[in-house]
Amino acid sequence: MTLQITQTLDARGLSCPMPIVKTAQAIKTIPSGGLIEVLATDPGSVKDFAAWSRTTGNELVEQTTDSGVFRFVLRRK
Amino acid sequence: MTTPTLERPITPVADPIATAVADVDGWPEAASETMAEAPAKTKELVIVDWSGDLDKIWPVLILSSTAAASGVRCRVFVTFWGLLPFVKDEKRIVGENWMQKMLTLMQRPGIDHLKLSKMNFLGMGPWMMGTLRKQYNVASPRELLEAATALGVEFIPCQMTMDMFGLKREDLIDEMGEPAGAATAIEIMTEADASLFI
Repeated sequence: MTLQITQTLDARGLSCPMPIVKTAQAIKTIPSGGLIEVLATDPGSVKDFAAWSRTTGNELVEQTTDSGVFRFVLRRK
Repeated sequence: MTTPTLERPITPVADPIATAVADVDGWPEAASETMAEAPAKTKELVIVDWSGDLDKIWPVLILSSTAAASGVRCRVFVTFWGLLPFVKDEKRIVGENWMQKMLTLMQRPGIDHLKLSKMNFLGMGPWMMGTLRKQYNVASPRELLEAATALGVEFIPCQMTMDMFGLKREDLIDEMGEPAGAATAIEIMTEADASLFI
């Protein structure tokens, strides 16, 4: 089953804390229950997105890595 | 000898445990009421931003913008040297008297003119830091300040410092909140879940 992504945010090349800051701003534009996909290259984002998901309650649905690019799928609370 | 008679007929009890629980005074009604009345409190972070140095303003802005991005209410009490980076770009020398003017002549105010707390080397340090920042695509203090204010971080200037430095409300960036004093800082720090002095 493929996930229905509402929006994709390209945060590749950005370093801490901008991937999180931009995700927080972008997730507000999608409806509750909608999915946002974030692409990042900051290795710290792996731990940071998990922490951000716990703090905010926006569920981290999927997390994959493909040749140095981390992909996170989050569901808006 | 007489046969004892029952004063009232025995009625079958549906659930003895539920009955026992209902007999306990104020429970579970009171308990469920308290639970329903207490909504999840928003977490709060307070930072006292004392230093005007690049290497200290940076973490203040990174932590405050990340807190706001994480749904944590963040307030920054800006005091002493910390106030100078919050002076508007177009202001070069601020203050009422020569001593206050001298202060901003020696330390240029504004978010783009920060010095390092160590290894400043007459500006070589901050220049190298800026070059490394661009090389590694790290957000600048200006970008972080814009993100922080957009996300709703509240910056509270210290009234006493403003008086002593001769800073007027219009000298500071428009995003700053209303000036306040130490009692306000203490109140918000003691009510917050975490507070930092940077």
